[in-house]
Parts: sequence; structure tokens; C-alpha cells
Amino acid sequence: MVTFGHFVLPLLLLGGAITVEVQRPRGVPLSKRQFYEEDKPFTCLDGSRTVAFDRVNDDYCDCPDGSDEPGTAACPNGNFHCTNAGFRPAFIPSSRVNDGICDCCDTTDEYNSGADCQNTCREMGRKEKEELQKLAEIAEEGFLLKKQLIQEAKHGLEEKKTKLEEFQKNKKDLEANVETLRTVKETAEQPEREAKERHLKAWEEQKAAIRLEKDRARMVEVLVELDDDADGFVSVAELQSHSELDPDSDGSFTEAEAQGLLRGMDKVDAVVFETVWNNIKEKYVSESNADIPPPGETPPEETPDIVSENDSENYPDEDIPEEEEDDDDEDDDEDDDMDDGDYKAPPTTRTDEKKKDDDDEGPMPPYDQETQALIDAAQKARDEFNEAEKALREVEDQIRNLEKEISFDFGPSSEFAYLYSQCYELTTSEYVYRLCPFNKVSQKPKFGGSETSLGTWGKWAGPEDNIHSVMKYENGMGCWQGPSRSTTVKLTCGKETVVTSTSEPSRCEYLMEFTSPAICQEPARFDSGHPDHEEL
Amino acid sequence: MATFTERMGPVLLVWLAVCLGGTWAVDKGNFKTCEQSAFCKRQRAIKPGESPYRALLETMELTNTRLTLQLINDNNKVRLLLELYRLQGNITRVKINELKPLKPRYEVPDVLIREPPTEPLSLLSQDENGVVLSLGPESQRVIVSARPFRLDIVEGRDVLMSLNSRGLLGFEHLRMRKDTQAEPETDNKEGADPANQDENTKEEEEKVEDGMWEETFKSHTDSKPNGPSAVSLDFSLPGVEHVYGIPEHADTLKLKTTDSGDPYRLYNLDVFQYELYNPMALYGAVPVMLAHNAQRTTGIFWLNAAETWVDISSNTAGKTVFGKMLDYVQGSSETPQTDVRWISESGIIDVFLMLGPTPREVFSQYASLTGTQAFPPLASLGYHQCRWNYNDQEDVRSVDAGFDEHDIPYDFIWLDIEHTDGKRYFTWDPHKFASPKEMLQGLMDKKRKMVAIVDPHIKIDTNYKIHNEISSRGFYVKNKDGGDYEGWCWPGSAGYPDFTRPDMRAWWASQFAYDQYEGAMENLYTWNDMNEPSVFNGPEVTMHKDALHGAWEHRDVHNLYGLYVHMATAQGLIERSGGVERPFVLTRAFFAGSQRYGAVWTGDNAAEWDHLKISIPMCLSLSLVGISFCGADVGGFFKSPSTELLVRWYQTGAYQPFFRAHAHLDTPRREPWLFGPENTALIREAVRQRYTFLPYWYQLFYLAYHTGEPVMRPLWVEYPQDPATFALDDEFLLGRDLLVHPVTEEGARGVTAYLPGKDEVWFDIHTFQKHNGGQNLYIPVTMSSIPVFQRGGSIIPRKLRVRRSSTCMEDDPYTLYVALNNQRTAEGELYIDDGHTFNYEKKEFIHRRFSFSNNVLSSVNLEPEAQFTTKSWVERIIILGASNPSTITLRTADGINQLEFDFDASMSVLTIRKPGMNAGADWSVSLQ
Repeated sequence: MVTFGHFVLPLLLLGGAITVEVQRPRGVPLSKRQFYEEDKPFTCLDGSRTVAFDRVNDDYCDCPDGSDEPGTAACPNGNFHCTNAGFRPAFIPSSRVNDGICDCCDTTDEYNSGADCQNTCREMGRKEKEELQKLAEIAEEGFLLKKQLIQEAKHGLEEKKTKLEEFQKNKKDLEANVETLRTVKETAEQPEREAKERHLKAWEEQKAAIRLEKDRARMVEVLVELDDDADGFVSVAELQSHSELDPDSDGSFTEAEAQGLLRGMDKVDAVVFETVWNNIKEKYVSESNADIPPPGETPPEETPDIVSENDSENYPDEDIPEEEEDDDDEDDDEDDDMDDGDYKAPPTTRTDEKKKDDDDEGPMPPYDQETQALIDAAQKARDEFNEAEKALREVEDQIRNLEKEISFDFGPSSEFAYLYSQCYELTTSEYVYRLCPFNKVSQKPKFGGSETSLGTWGKWAGPEDNIHSVMKYENGMGCWQGPSRSTTVKLTCGKETVVTSTSEPSRCEYLMEFTSPAICQEPARFDSGHPDHEEL
Repeated sequence: MATFTERMGPVLLVWLAVCLGGTWAVDKGNFKTCEQSAFCKRQRAIKPGESPYRALLETMELTNTRLTLQLINDNNKVRLLLELYRLQGNITRVKINELKPLKPRYEVPDVLIREPPTEPLSLLSQDENGVVLSLGPESQRVIVSARPFRLDIVEGRDVLMSLNSRGLLGFEHLRMRKDTQAEPETDNKEGADPANQDENTKEEEEKVEDGMWEETFKSHTDSKPNGPSAVSLDFSLPGVEHVYGIPEHADTLKLKTTDSGDPYRLYNLDVFQYELYNPMALYGAVPVMLAHNAQRTTGIFWLNAAETWVDISSNTAGKTVFGKMLDYVQGSSETPQTDVRWISESGIIDVFLMLGPTPREVFSQYASLTGTQAFPPLASLGYHQCRWNYNDQEDVRSVDAGFDEHDIPYDFIWLDIEHTDGKRYFTWDPHKFASPKEMLQGLMDKKRKMVAIVDPHIKIDTNYKIHNEISSRGFYVKNKDGGDYEGWCWPGSAGYPDFTRPDMRAWWASQFAYDQYEGAMENLYTWNDMNEPSVFNGPEVTMHKDALHGAWEHRDVHNLYGLYVHMATAQGLIERSGGVERPFVLTRAFFAGSQRYGAVWTGDNAAEWDHLKISIPMCLSLSLVGISFCGADVGGFFKSPSTELLVRWYQTGAYQPFFRAHAHLDTPRREPWLFGPENTALIREAVRQRYTFLPYWYQLFYLAYHTGEPVMRPLWVEYPQDPATFALDDEFLLGRDLLVHPVTEEGARGVTAYLPGKDEVWFDIHTFQKHNGGQNLYIPVTMSSIPVFQRGGSIIPRKLRVRRSSTCMEDDPYTLYVALNNQRTAEGELYIDDGHTFNYEKKEFIHRRFSFSNNVLSSVNLEPEAQFTTKSWVERIIILGASNPSTITLRTADGINQLEFDFDASMSVLTIRKPGMNAGADWSVSLQ
């Protein structure tokens, strides 16, 4: 098998054109050359063991860290160094050495696999250089634009701050105005309240008188009704005929209980009955409506359920047409299949007794002229106060918005401020995507259909050292059996501000590429080639 | 992949809302219970007791190879014809059909690999009560009892199996419809029916039951023009408490008794979000059951492709351990017995009784009938990366690059239905996959491959070539009225090619030719999904039973449809290479014999721990009935796995035959590197372990192809006399030599693995720690643990230089892991060929046996007439349980060498450094 091989490289020394040969085992980077000294025992780079030098690159893994086989595939955890003259040097996993696939552009990884690799390093280097140059140009122009943006943002910020100050001053005036009008309002409201109360009290008294009258009339009515033998007295027996009056409602209205109600007497006259009446009037049911259950125990209107029950009692079973039953079954089946949308809600019973009571005495009479005048005056003060308060709130809103914008994280130099309240669109074959930075992302079918939210502004979400390179929009429209939609916006340096692509790498997780000068970094000065390139 | 989700457009959506109600579980109401399946209900209503069937011994004819005999049903006088064959290899075949059916009844074609060769039968004795026949040399006899009819297979004094012993034989003869009898003409016809001629007077008082001539389920009506046609038969298995097989069910390995619920159902169905631990039918059906006790293993192969139900009952099932003990102590126990009843909707009774007696013999008996596992291309044993869907070529490119960036090997990347132009199979989306060849070339440059889906439903679209050709050739399945059958599937309205037609299959195969399938290249393989067939708007999400395949109803062939799709597709891949290259085709639906065409997976599972657990018994059950190339979607198809579950699933899947990650369209991405560097490392390690074992996997698949032995095995297969193994299904063996007990519990701190074999030892493959067999071993685990043990006495070749795909590893050297048993011996094999062609059939391979005894490890040629050369060599030999030698000598044809070695005394591990001989050579290594 392939064993130790010397690697002969021409090395272009900086500042000179002297070509020298640096010998080192295959796959070893220059930086580690000193550890591989020919004819000296080799110590694994992790120090774990020392082996004879002929064990280096002998296609058998001796070192646990794989360092004895830098040039073969023998160690599962090893690395192979490609010099890639003309391009960028690289480490590849040892498992890619001689696997028949060209990984190093200088072809050095495929020295024994028969793979037909072409050295593409110079070509790649050239392309990369061009690419970098292009990027550098963009970056340069972009960075200029960015500077402008920063300037503009600065001005914008100052303007906003001035405006904010104005608003704040304005707010103070408005606040004072509100306070003044509040006092006026409160002053006008005091007499209004008193007049209204007077009016109401008079009305209440009148109502009470009417009610008392009615109660008395009913008592007399009841007395007559109860007094079956018309002797002017209500007796225990007469009272007992009204089982609803049973004090413990245990189903048996005993004599003793009736007597109790009659204050221990066997019978009472109209005068005493007046005191009895107060105890029984809540329960008492007039004989003329005895078949109607007392109010409160069952609702005044019967529920549909009871109606249908009554109905079915009226019809003998065999009278129900059979088709109806079949229909019911089918309906049930459908119900099982479908959401229980047409499920009938249980009937609710409302007791509107109170309202009715109020209505008994008729509506409250209108205010007198004097009271009405006080009310009108108070209303005027209220309207003026509300007006002033509204104006204050508006200013407060504006202040809040301004403060929000001012405090928004528009980047270290507010370079992203220009995106605020702007929107950018990208049209694909199916959809129009719309990015409104710091606000929302949405998607709308090109040929009609409603807009779908792909998220609202969440946060900057770039890596720690470059947090302003990625925006995250969250909590868009929910997905079927899935999360709500969200969008990640990746920013790259560009002269223009455009959405360059959208995709949906994972269901309902969108990815948008967005270029802006605001992300451009100050280009590094290119002096001579690429500093991190081992150009040889 | 097959689900009903939102991409079917509004019509489907509404349908979905109705049928699924948006819940996360199978809607059981969409699938029939036995009670809702008229024939099952009718047949199950037959209770054990005196069978109405009587053997007419006077009609017996015995030729050298066949016994025939008429049976009569005393209730209706209909006669049946019993055929009994003794087949080579200890198999008895029993066929029962109507003597003179009104029209032919369906007999399943294309499943048996040939007409099974017979052996002579001889008559031992005969009287008016029955006959006794000898079944070859084994002192095996079959006793045919006449009244009632019953068959007993007896060896020595033991009854191995009895048929109709409970009197449950049921055979619904074909008949004319009663309501047509009103016309006298028809009446005459029926009267003249020869089958009923003799006993016409007593003729049938049989009542017409519901569902005999028409059956409706959830608004779907089955017209049943042929009326009732069910068949059923019971089998008694004395001495048996463990029965296995009859996949596919999401249930334990050991089948349960079904007395208290539904029978196990075999009816290929696309079940949305299937539930676990129940007997509901799933995507595939193999009507084969194995019965096992410590003395014997037998099998029953019920060759019928119609809807089938299997009832299992046992006289010991209800007993507690204490009850069993009591029986034992009191010596009063009746013999344990398992009774089985098979019920099928149509066709005939054609049953193969595989009489073992060992598990291995049952496997070879079944293989002699239906063939063995297709020998897969080596690369297909690597890792498969799938998702519904990789969105476009750029997505494919970046996922491919992701594997390289994170140094995780893989061999296949998969494209689900979205890659097509509007769900028109054999096409590519013109925007997302505009240049498929470029994409495939990119993969080929990395020695990787791709699978693209081709489903059997064909979009009805007159601008679609495939549809037009099938339509113009009349190749579509027909509806009951003779028009082309149409159903809803992914593309909307779709036709279903009639794969039961050989001419249709040949045409289909031709569509895979490179000049037909545009964009295809030799590294593009195929996936057949939805081939139950799935019909979204059909009864139970499948095809109407009264649809027509030529003369036959879909009812007759249903469970066979998926096999035919798979068969035709595999044939297509073979033909496109001129018969040179092995195909790789994955199928979801399957039947007995599907093993001949490729791999299966357990369908649309879910990202839940229980689904991870059930992957073991589901694949073991398939393995027992010939289908070795089985796997479950790693990570779970529906829902999103927790990181822990995903890692555990990779660790489990790495040790199951078909190793593919897959995910539903609506789930977040889950490529292995998306869960932080720690989890990426765990997944990388699991996948790399898989790749180091590829030589062993390949050898096991060669063995499966060669002998029918399963790759993944329940422990009882290798330890048939150890009852402790009989119900184990949380661990399994790969071949004989690797025992795997994956971690399938959330938050597990340890697992308890049963290490079988009292006199055996097992070595932890990671630590080389030695453990004695015959014990339950508690193994503490961390997130990186995959408890796997190598059997002492085995030699396993591995390749430790894991590369980015299996093809890249072709020429890499081997490390031999020699695990010594208590006798200090070990044996193993190595199989090598080109990994992808059929040239192994021309003996172009290396097959060697390694053996270690008397301190000498040697490699001998198992197949001297085979010829193949390999660049692979032996780079390392690791001997577990070794002692420290003083010298080690290698002897090859080239001479004698001293080898260097390293001995780890604490673990007794001897590592022999770089012996260097070619893997195909003869050699020996002596330890002194």
C-alpha cells in the first residue's frame, strides 16, 4: 500500500522569486512540518505515543488522534492538508483521501485512486478574486451609501427629537387645559346630580305608594279568595287548601304549620291577616291560575325540549312516520363525520321579572325645566372636557410613536432607520412577497386571493457578533396542523435595497434574502492579494 | 408519505374535514371491523362444533403425487374438491375448491416462484372412517377423517397440526341470486346446475343474509354481483403457545389472542396516522403465520389475496403464571394449544403447511415457495436521506453539501411527490427540477444516488403521455360498469393501471428506460408509494371491490396489487440496464413474495417513542415471513420528534435493515445537523457505526438471498429452546452474531438486555467488555449509547474507514473482529462482489469462511469456482477474549511473516497490526 511519500513544493517566498523545495510528509501543512522529522521517532501530536518514523503515512492508524497518517485515509479522525497553490489551502477529512472524488483543487488528495482530477486552483483563485473584487466594489459603494444613510438617520433623529420636544410642550398645555375643563365640568355636574337625585327620589316615593296600594288591593282579593265560607275570617283549613304555602315545602301542609302561619290562631280577621299576608304573599298562588306553577320554580316559557316531549306524548309511537326515523339516523351519521356545527345549544331561560316590575309603575316622568337646564349645562362642560382629553391623547400617541421610533434598534449608527415604514416587494411565479421592515412580511397570490401574514417584526436575530445581519418576523398566520408562519430575513450588502429571493425551506418557515447598503462593512484595503492566502 | 393533507385542493379539504375531523389519530370509523365486513361476520358466526362437511372416501383418488377427495356439506349438499400434495422439503399443501363452481374461483398467480415440486404420497391404511397417508420418510402421516371431515398431521405420536378440528371449515359456494328465481326460466337454470343436481330436492334452505349480494359501508356500496364467496378454515396447533407473523400490524411480535376483539385483518390499506397495538390492517399483507414451541417450529401459508381475517385463540392465554404453575404441579394440565381460524372473502383455500421442524427449515420451506429476498445493491444498505419534500435542485445540492460539511455519510437522497410536474409520475417540475440530469450528475460525482417516487395512480390528463398510453391501450382497471375506474389521489382525478396484466407490467417496465423516463440516469432509483392502492374517495381509502381486473374483481386480487406494482417497477429498473444492474425499489404495499422485488417500510408512522419501539416487532414480523429489507421512517413521519427521540431513532435505525430518515411536509426541517453540534455528533456516530458494519450487512443480505434466512431476527430463531426469548421484541439479532437492544425509552438511564445462550459469551462492541449469556444484563446508558453485542464464537468483518458514501469505501481494507467463545473458537464469513450488478449470478464474487481454533485464524474459500478480485485487504485483526501471545505468524501463498500486535490485558483484547493480506486470499494467522 501507499506509504511515506515526499511532497515537493515550489515555495514562492515573499518579496523574492527564489524557489525552494520544502520536504514534508504528504498531507502535512507547513505549520506542522517541524513535528514530522524524518528518521526521528514520531510522537503523536496529542503526545499519546511515539512510533518509528516509518509508521508515518504507512496506511495504518497508530495514533489515537490520527496524526501519524496525515496523508492517507487510515485514521477515521485525521485531516489532510491541501496546499492548493493558486487558491486557498484547506484541510479535508482523511476519509476523502483517495475516495475517487476530487476535493483539493490541486488534486493532491487523489494520488492513488485513479480519479481523473484536474488542477483547478488557479482558475478558482481567479474566480474568487474576481468575485471578491466585485463584492469589494459593491461594498465600497454600499458603504458610501451607508454613510449617507447614517447621516440621514442622524438628521432624521434630530428632527424627530425636536418634534418630540414640541409635542411634549404641546402636551403640557393640553394637560393644563384638560385640568381646567375638568374643574368646570365637575362644578357643573354637582348641581346636575343633586337635581337628578331629587327628581328620582320623588319618583321612587310615588312608586312606593302605588305598590303599597296594589299590595293592599291584592291582599283583600286574597282574603276574599281564601275565605271560602265567606265569614270574614281565614281559617286554618282554608289556608291549608293552598299547599304552596307549606313553610317547609315537604309535601304535607299540616294543620300546625297552617296555624303557625296564622300566628297560632285558628282563624284570623282582615286586620290580623294583614300581618299574615306579608309572610305568605311571596308563595301565594291565586286559585284562578293554580295550574300554572309558581314563578321561579319553572321558567315562564317552556323549553323547546319540553314542548317536543309533550308533542310525542300526544302522538302514539306508531304514528311517527318511519322515514323520519331513518332521516334521523342519517343525520346522526353525518353529525359523526362532521364537526358538531349544527349541534343545538341547550335552551337558556331568562327571567325578566325585575324589568317587568319596573314597567308596572310606568316610565319615569320627564325632568322639570330647571333640572333639564342644569343637565344641559353639565353636558356642555363634559363635551368640552372630552374634546380636550382626546386632543391630549392624540399628542400622547404621537409622542409614543416617536419615542418608539427613536428608541428602535436601527443598528449601531441607526443605518437601518431608512427602512422604517417602507415596504419592498418581490414577485415570483406564484406570489407577491412583501417585506415591510420592522413591521411585517406577507405573501399574496399573484392572481387573486387574500394576503397571508408570514410574520410580524420580532427581533434582530443574527449571530452575536453581527446581530443586525438577520431579521426575524414571527407569529404569522397559523399553518394547518403546524406552527404559525415565520420569516427569517437575511441581509447582505448591496447598493440597492431589494428583496432578492424568498424560499420556504421548511413548511411555513420562510427565508428571505434582502440586500441593503446599510449592512455593508467598510471595505478592507487591498494591498497585495489576499492576506490569508498562502499564495505560492 | 401518503396522507390526506391540504395539498389536494379544496375538494379534498372538504372531504378531509369530513373524514378526519383534524384529530391526530387514525379514525377507526373509516375502517371496517369484522362486524362491519359482511363475510367476516358470517364466517365468524360459525361456532366450533360438529362440522357439516364429510369426506366422501369413495371419491378418493391417489396418484403418486396427489390425493384428491370430494367433501360434501351435509347442510346444502354442495360438493368440494380437496387436493392434498406432499411438497419437497417437508411441506404439505392442501387445496379446497368447489367441485363444480358456477364460474372459476380465483387462484393466486405469480406469488409462487414455480409449481412446487412434489414428493410421493403413499397410502398406509384405509377404512370407512378415514385414510392414513404417509408423508415421506419422517414417520409423518396425514390422517383424513371422514365424518366430520378433518385432517391431522402426525409425527410419531405427536399431532403437529389439525385442520377443521373445530369444525369451522366454511366454503360459500357460488350461486345464482335468489331474487332472480322468481322467473321460472332462471329457476330451471339453477335446478340444472350440475353442482347441485343430485340433491336438488333438499336444496338450500340457506337464508339470504344481509351483505351477501350488496354491502354498504360509509356511503360506499359494494355491488357484489357474484354474491357470497367467502372461505374459512381452522387450524389447531397442539403444544403451541407462541404464534408470529401475518404482517402488517402495528402490534407485538408475539401475536395476541383475538377472542375479545377483532381478528387480525389482512387488507392492504392506506391508514392515516395508524394506532399501535391493535389488529387493524395496514399497508401490506403476508398471510403467513409461524408457530413455535421449544420442540418445533411450523408455518401456515394461506395463499389468498382477498380481504382476510385471522382469529387466534389459546387455551392458556387467560391463565396466569400461577395458574400455569398449578397445572404443572398438579400434572393435570391439558396440553397448551393455539387455535387459528383464517377467513377470506373470495378465492379458494390453498394452504401450505410448513412443517419445520426448525426455524431455519421453515424459512427455507417458505423461500422454496415464494422465493428469497432480492439481493440489494450494497449502497442501498447505507443511509437514506428523505423528506417530503426536498424543494428543488438547490435544496438537494445544499442538503448534499450539508452531509459533507458535517462529515456524515449517506448514499441516497430521496424526492417525494412534489418533484413531479403536477403529480405526473415520470416527470419533473419544470421550475424546481429543471435539469434533473445535472442534479443527478452532481450526486454521481460524489458517488451518491437518488430515489424519486413513482406512484401507481395516474393523473387523468390528456396532455400526459403516460395517461394517454395507458388509456389507449386499455390498461386501466375498470369500474363495475366497464368504464375506466377513476379515483381521487394526489393528482386529483386518477386512473389505476391494471398491474395484474402481464402486458401492462411489461409496458410499465419499459417506461423506466432511459429514453422514456426523461431526466433519469443510472443513479436514479424508484419508490412505489400508495400502491395498496390508495384511493382517497374509495371505500376504506382504497379501490372498490367490484372494480374489474379483466375477468376478476378487485375483491379477488386486492392484496396482490401492491406486489405487482413493485414487481413491474423492479423489472423496469433491471431492463433499463439490459439486465446488468440490480434494482432498488421501495414499496409500501406488499404481499407474500414481495421480498423478491426490494425493500418495504412501515409506512406513515409518527414521531413518538411508541412508534420507535414498535419498529422492532413490525420489522421482525416481516422478517419472519421472508421480507428482510424492512425499516421504519427514522424520526417518525408525522409530527416533529424531540431531539432525544430523533437521536435514539437514528441509533435504532442504524441497526435495522432499511435505514431511511423521512419527514412529513408540514414538519420543521430535521437534517442531522440542525440540532446543535452535540446531537450532530451523536447522529454522525450512529450513521458511522452503520457504515462500519456494511460488510456484515451485505453478507447477511447475501445469506438471506441465498437461503431465505432473515437478516433481522427475533432471538427465539437462534435460541428456539429458550422460552425466555419467545416473546422478546425490544431487542433483536442481526444474523446470528450481533445482538441489538436499542434505547427506546425517553430519558433512559439504562436498559436491561437479555443475553441468550447459557454457555455463550457476548462482547460489548464498544467497550469489548465480556458478558455471560443466559442472563438479563442491566446496561447503564448515556445519550451516546447503542447497546450492541457480538456473540462469542463469531467473526465479523468491518470497514472502519467510513467515507462519505458506501461506494467510496469499496476498496477499503477490512478489520476482522474475532470474538472468542468459551471454547476459544470463532467462525465467520465474508462476502464481496462488485456491489451493484447481477454478476454474482455468474459466480463473480468472493465468499470466504474465517475460522479460529487452536490459536489459528484462517480464511478458506467457500466457493472455489467463484471468481472475483478485490483491492480490499485486511488491515487489522482484533481478537476479543484473547490471551497474550509471544509471536504471531502470517502464512500466505507469498510466504511467512511475523506480525506486530498489541495486547490490552485489562480487556483481553489482542490487536494484530496490519497483516496486509488481500481479502480474497487464502491465509492463516497463528498465535504462539
